[in-house]
Amino acid sequence: MRGWLALAVSLFTVASYAAQPVHEFTLDNGLKLIVKEDHRAPVMVSQVWYKVGSSYEHDGITGLSHVLEHMMFKGTKAHPAGQFSQIIAENGGRENAFTSRDYTAYFQTMEAARLPVSFELEADRMRNLALPEEEFKKEVQVVMEERRMRTDDDPQSLTYEQFNAAAYASSPYRIPTIGWMGDLQSMQVGDLRAWYDKWYAPDNATVVVVGDVDPQAVYGLAKKYFAPLKPSHIAPLKPRHEIKQFGPKRLVVKAPAKLPYLLMGYKAPVALNAEQDWEPYALEVLASVLDGGDSARLSSRLVRGSAVAASVGAGYDAFDRKETLFLLSGIPANGHTLDDLNKALQAQIRDVQETPVSAPELARVKAQIKADKIYEQDSIFYQAMQIGMLETVGLSWKDADQYLSRIEAVSAEQVQAVAKKYLIDDRLTVAELLPQPFDPKHPPREGGVAGNVR
Amino acid sequence: MFAKHNYSMLRQAWPLLALLFAGGAQALPKIHNWTTAGGTKVLFVAAHELPMLDVRVVFDAGSARDGTLGGVAALTNSMLGKGAAGQNADDIAAGFEQRGAQFGSGSERDMAWLSLRSLSDSKLLDPALELFANVLSRPDFPAADFKRERQLTLTGLEYQQQQPKSIAENAFYKAVYGQHPYAANPDGTPKTVAALTVKDLEAFYHRYYVAANATLVIVGDIDRKRAEAIADTLAGALAPGRKAPALPEVAALKAASTEFIEHPSSQSHVLMGAPGLRRGDPDYFALYVGNHVLGGSGLVSRISEEIREKRGLSYSAYSYFIPMMRKGPFTLGFQTRTDKRDEALSVLRETVKKFVANGPTDKELQASKDNIIGGFPLAVASNSKITEYLAMIGFYDLPLDYLSTFTGKVKAVTVAQIRDAFRRRVHVDDMATVIVGAKAPGDTDS
Repeated sequence: MRGWLALAVSLFTVASYAAQPVHEFTLDNGLKLIVKEDHRAPVMVSQVWYKVGSSYEHDGITGLSHVLEHMMFKGTKAHPAGQFSQIIAENGGRENAFTSRDYTAYFQTMEAARLPVSFELEADRMRNLALPEEEFKKEVQVVMEERRMRTDDDPQSLTYEQFNAAAYASSPYRIPTIGWMGDLQSMQVGDLRAWYDKWYAPDNATVVVVGDVDPQAVYGLAKKYFAPLKPSHIAPLKPRHEIKQFGPKRLVVKAPAKLPYLLMGYKAPVALNAEQDWEPYALEVLASVLDGGDSARLSSRLVRGSAVAASVGAGYDAFDRKETLFLLSGIPANGHTLDDLNKALQAQIRDVQETPVSAPELARVKAQIKADKIYEQDSIFYQAMQIGMLETVGLSWKDADQYLSRIEAVSAEQVQAVAKKYLIDDRLTVAELLPQPFDPKHPPREGGVAGNVR
Repeated sequence: MFAKHNYSMLRQAWPLLALLFAGGAQALPKIHNWTTAGGTKVLFVAAHELPMLDVRVVFDAGSARDGTLGGVAALTNSMLGKGAAGQNADDIAAGFEQRGAQFGSGSERDMAWLSLRSLSDSKLLDPALELFANVLSRPDFPAADFKRERQLTLTGLEYQQQQPKSIAENAFYKAVYGQHPYAANPDGTPKTVAALTVKDLEAFYHRYYVAANATLVIVGDIDRKRAEAIADTLAGALAPGRKAPALPEVAALKAASTEFIEHPSSQSHVLMGAPGLRRGDPDYFALYVGNHVLGGSGLVSRISEEIREKRGLSYSAYSYFIPMMRKGPFTLGFQTRTDKRDEALSVLRETVKKFVANGPTDKELQASKDNIIGGFPLAVASNSKITEYLAMIGFYDLPLDYLSTFTGKVKAVTVAQIRDAFRRRVHVDDMATVIVGAKAPGDTDS
C-alpha cells in the first residue's frame, strides 16, 4: 500500500486501513483457493501450501518432505530441470520454498499481472514431477550440506535437535525437518516418488494469493490451470498423539563450543486440541508477558535486573498442528552457570503461577498485539503466510482475524491458570549444552551418525 | 548472538539482494527532501494506507569511526536505549511497548541508526516520539548498564568464535582491508572492548550523534507539515556539531593471500574476494548487473549452477558486491564438507576467471535485466522497504531520482561494459581467500 498510489487517486482516507476482505473458493477437485486484496502496489504473492511436512514422516524416512521440496525444482516433462526458476526469474519474480513440521510451501512474488506464469508452473508440478535419478543424487548431497551448515556445525542447533528428539516420545514432532543424516544417506528416489504421489494433489493443497488482484479473475485462472488435475483422495491421518510423560526429562549435549546453552520445554496444548478454547490464547499472553519485548519480564529481570542471563527467551505457538512445547531458552551471563539460569527461570515460572500478572503488563501485551495487526499489513508476504499456515494445520484464515479479540478476552487469572496447569515438572524436558574445547586432534563431527566414516 | 530455531528449511538461502537494486517506470513514491536548521538532511514519503509511521535516524557513526577504540561505535549505539533523560532501561522499553511502538537500533561499518515504528494515532504517536527524542538526544550512559552491555558484547564475541561463518567473515574483512578501518570487527576485540569506558562512549556520542552528521527518514501516515514538525523536534534536539570527516580510500590488494583457520566443523567455510564498489561508483551498474549473472541471482546464477546444481557441492554458493562509503567488499563464497573443499574452490575460481575473460552471453544479460527490471515493483512494495531505500539514498548522498532512473540504467548496460568493468576491477589472482574448517587429507601442518 504505498501511499503515493493512494494519493494519486485520492480514494483512501486515514480511516480506511481496515484489513481487506478475504475470498475463499474450492474447486471440484478439492483445491482450496484463498485470495486477499491489497492494492497498495502492483504486485502479488502466490503461495501453494501442501499438507505434508516432517510430522507426517516416520523413522527411516526422516527428511523426505524437505528433500522432495528441493526436487520440486528439478523438472517436469513440460518444464525440464532448472526451467522453473529461470522462467520465474525472467518474469522479475522472487521465489523460494520452505518445509516445516506441518507444511511444505512454494511461493513466487511478482508483478500482479504475471500471476498466470506462477499458476501454470505450479499446476504442472503439482501432478507431473519427473524426479530424475541423476538430479536426486546431486540434490540429496546439497541437502546434506544444508544439514551440516544448519545443524551439525552449530552447537545450539545441535542441542535443540537432541532436545526435541528427547522431549517427544511418540509424537512425530520429534523428527527433525532436515532429517537424520543416516536417513538422508539411505534415501532413494523411489521413496520420493511414493511420497510425492501420496501428498501432492489438489485435494491436499491450498493456494493463497495476496496482492493487487481481482478475486474473481484469480478464481478464473485457478480453474483454468488447477481444475484439470486429478485428486488423490488421501486417507485420514493417524492421530499419533504424544504419550503421557511421567516426570521431567533431562539431557546433556557435549559439543565443541564457547558458550553454554539451556533449553526448557513444557508440553502444552494448541488451538486445535486444547481442552478449553481460551487456553492457547492465555499461553500466548504468558509468552508475551515473559518475552514480548525489551520491557517484558525475562529481559527486564534476568538480562538486566539480576543479570544472570546474557540472552534469554520464551516461545509458544498456538497454531502448531500437534501438542507443542512452551519453550524457554538462554545463555548464562559471564560468571553464572547453567544451574543459576535454570533456577532463575524456575523462579519466574513460580512467580506467574503464584501471582496474577499485573494490569499494565496485560495492557502492554494487548497494545502490542493490536499494533502488530496493523504493522503486519505492511507485508503481503506475511499476510499470505498467516493464511496458508492456518489453513494447512487444519484451522481457518478466520482465526487470524479473531486472534486479537481472543487475546483481548484473556484475563490475568487465566494466564495464572495455564501457568499452573502446564508449566509443571511432569511436562518438562531440559537440555544443557556443555561446551567442549576445540581440539585439533579430535576429528570433526559428521552428521550425527555415530561411527560414520567418511 | 543468540539462538533462533527455525523450523522451516528453505530451499535456498535468502539472496543478499536487499538494497542492491531499485528503480522503475511505474508509480514511485514522491520523496520530499529538505534540510533542517541544524543541518540534518530529511527524506519524507507520505503513505496514508496504513495508520502507521516509520522514523529512522541514520548517523555516520559506524565502526569505521572506532579508531583505536574497537567496538566503541557499536556499544555507544546499543547504550542509547538504556537510559535517557533520567529514565532507566525498563522505563524506556515500557514507554514504547505499552503504546505498541517498536524501538530499534543498530550499527555496521558505515552507519549507525535508531528507528521507531508507531501507530499514527497521535495519542500513541506523540508520547512515543517524545521518548524517542530523549533516547536520541539525552542519553545517560548509566554505569551499571554500561558494564553489563560491555560484558554482553564480550559474550557476543565468544559466540562468534563458535560459528564458522562468523569466524570466516571476521578474518575475511581483515585480509581484504589490512590497515583500513573496514578491516576491524564492528563489535571490537576482547581486548579493545574490555578497555572501553563510559567516557569513551560519551565522547563518541558527542562527536558523531549530531545534527550535521544525521539523516532523518520519515515514512507513513502524516502530511508534510507534520513531518516538518517531527523533523524539527528530533533534529532540533541534537547538538548541531559537524559532519564526520571523509574516510580514507581503500588500497587495492597487491597479491593473493590464503588464510586457513582450523575449526572443528564438518564443513569448510570459504570466502574469497577483494575491495569492490563504493556507493555512486561509475562502474556500479556494469558490475551490479554483471554480478547478477555471475553469482548474485540465487540458484540461476553461474556460480550456483556450477557448484550446487551441477555438482551438489554446497547449499549456498554466491558472489556479491556490498557498495559502501568507500569500496565495500566483492565477496565470493560457499560451504562444503572438507573433503570437497579444494574441488569446490577450483570450480569457483574457474567460473569467475571465465566470466571475467568473456563476460555474460547476450541471453544471460537479457535474463538478468528482465529479472531486475521486472522485479522492481517488489523493491518498493512496503513502508519498511521504502524506509530502507530512503536511508540509503540519504546517507550515501545518492540523487533523489535514484529510484526513478534505476531501471533505465540497468537497461543500458551492455556485455562489453560488463566485460570491461570486470576486467578492470576483478582480479581473481590477487584475491584474499579465507578457509575455516578442519584439515583436509592433503593439508600440511602450518
